Amino acid sequence: MSRQSVEFSITAAEKLNETLNAFLQIDREGALQRAAELEKSGHVGPLSGVPVAVKDNICVKGLQASCGSKILGDYHPPYNATVIERLTKAGAVVIGKTNCDEFAMGSSNENSAFGPVRNPWDTTRVSGGSSGGSAAAVAAGIVPVALGSDTGGSVRQPASLCGVIGLKPTYGRNSRYGLVAFASSLDQVGVFAREVEDVARVLSVIAGRDPQDSTTADVPVPDYAAELNGDLKGARLGFPRTLFGKGLDNEVKQSVESVIDVYRDLGVEIVDVELPNAGYAIAVYYIIATAEASSNLARFDGVRYGFRAEEARELRQMYRKTREEGFGPEVKRRIMLGTYVLSAGYYDAYYRKAQQVRTLIKNDFLAAFKSCDAIITPTSPTPAFAIGEKTDDPLAMYLNDIYTVTANLAGVPGISVPCGLSSERLPIGFQLIGPYWSESMLLKLSHGYEQARPFTERPPISAS
Amino acid sequence: MPITQADIEKVANLAHLELAEEELKTFGPQMTEIVSYVEQLNEIDTTNVEPAIGGLTPEGERTDSSRADEINGSLGQKTALAEAPDPAAGHFRVPKVL
Repeated sequence: MSRQSVEFSITAAEKLNETLNAFLQIDREGALQRAAELEKSGHVGPLSGVPVAVKDNICVKGLQASCGSKILGDYHPPYNATVIERLTKAGAVVIGKTNCDEFAMGSSNENSAFGPVRNPWDTTRVSGGSSGGSAAAVAAGIVPVALGSDTGGSVRQPASLCGVIGLKPTYGRNSRYGLVAFASSLDQVGVFAREVEDVARVLSVIAGRDPQDSTTADVPVPDYAAELNGDLKGARLGFPRTLFGKGLDNEVKQSVESVIDVYRDLGVEIVDVELPNAGYAIAVYYIIATAEASSNLARFDGVRYGFRAEEARELRQMYRKTREEGFGPEVKRRIMLGTYVLSAGYYDAYYRKAQQVRTLIKNDFLAAFKSCDAIITPTSPTPAFAIGEKTDDPLAMYLNDIYTVTANLAGVPGISVPCGLSSERLPIGFQLIGPYWSESMLLKLSHGYEQARPFTERPPISAS
Repeated sequence: MPITQADIEKVANLAHLELAEEELKTFGPQMTEIVSYVEQLNEIDTTNVEPAIGGLTPEGERTDSSRADEINGSLGQKTALAEAPDPAAGHFRVPKVL
């Protein structure tokens, strides 16, 4: 049984890759071998034989880890990320590494050094990013689940654009050991699937305290799948009215507002809430994330692994040439920004200021959650845009994250769930954001919606 | 506040990036635009507001992340050098520092 599903996924991945460019590496031999071993040993586990795709910034021993960049050269990590150890122990089979924006920096997967990922719903359009490959792989039915990473929305936004479910848990829920760091106070490994129950099952497997990542919290991991059913009557959904105004595509607005009607019919109470500082979130994010990135990406210098520029005859020249040739333009731009805001004379004005506003954003959520169990917003201000449409204006691209970055800044969990198609048959998603450690409630609310209004549409590009 | 060519060069130096002519020209205006955008934070009164300790939750802050000072496994020299661009006699070899 393992062999069949794994074989199906690998074949589908290979067949669709020229069209979608979702995978950077497909491990036919290793995955089939692993599936055979599982069958032979009669392995029984929560994810036995389940084929999984993994974003190429998460280390899988023996497979590549390019992070969507040239600077890692032919790097193959000598170790597994903790989330991968846990997945494989549960019986899952990693079939390949998925394409992503370079070092997870982007909202469209157009910043990959290996070409954009194409949206299975319309291949002239972006998949969203930065975990575009993982989102597309699940949307096209190549794999039932995939892992990504979410620093400012990089799981939730592509999930929304590709019509699948994407969850970013509470900061500290999942281990970041083996996730190549972009912004250490924002990064989390996230999960893609087409059914809420599958997200729940995977989360239970990968979540939990890891001594290798001191930012993971000592909070018990429930059996999330066991808690999905049940009455939603009396649950309170926060509606931040002012976030549904300017800049939001009208079809997205209508679609998400109709979700609120569904919840009302399920007995959920709708409550007005405010997030007064949400409008500043992008500014805060692009100071903090770039600052942390400038530090985290300092390790890519050609010394110990990856690409090294050839003509350098002196050490510092080698660093500069390696990084100049190895990094793409968006990564360089963000390193520059981050270096600038942390530099002497600017640290207080920018970085410290941003961390203070970050506290205000956190406090907004804590206050809002006094009167509701979760907050509903759109995930993305628009459905998928055309490839090349926003690449000339970095700031315009950053504004795609407007609904998602707040959750990373505050450390709270967020999930995107498909709720319809636009008039151009492009997916629209809604987002639920909850208090710390409220993944159970978010999954339960998502499951309730899924049961009431199943999303059965399939994209034109699908594994048969 | 506009970011000058000199600023760009200084920052590039700090970040160990050797920017091409093209990049030196385009990064300036792009960074100026982004920095102007983030300067809206100056509108907000943050007197007496503590800077956030990242995305850490109270439970995360309470989690004891120390361990006993004991030797655990490590990658080992062979594995650590396996991906090196220029390994030599158990070391990472690099161009000299002038």
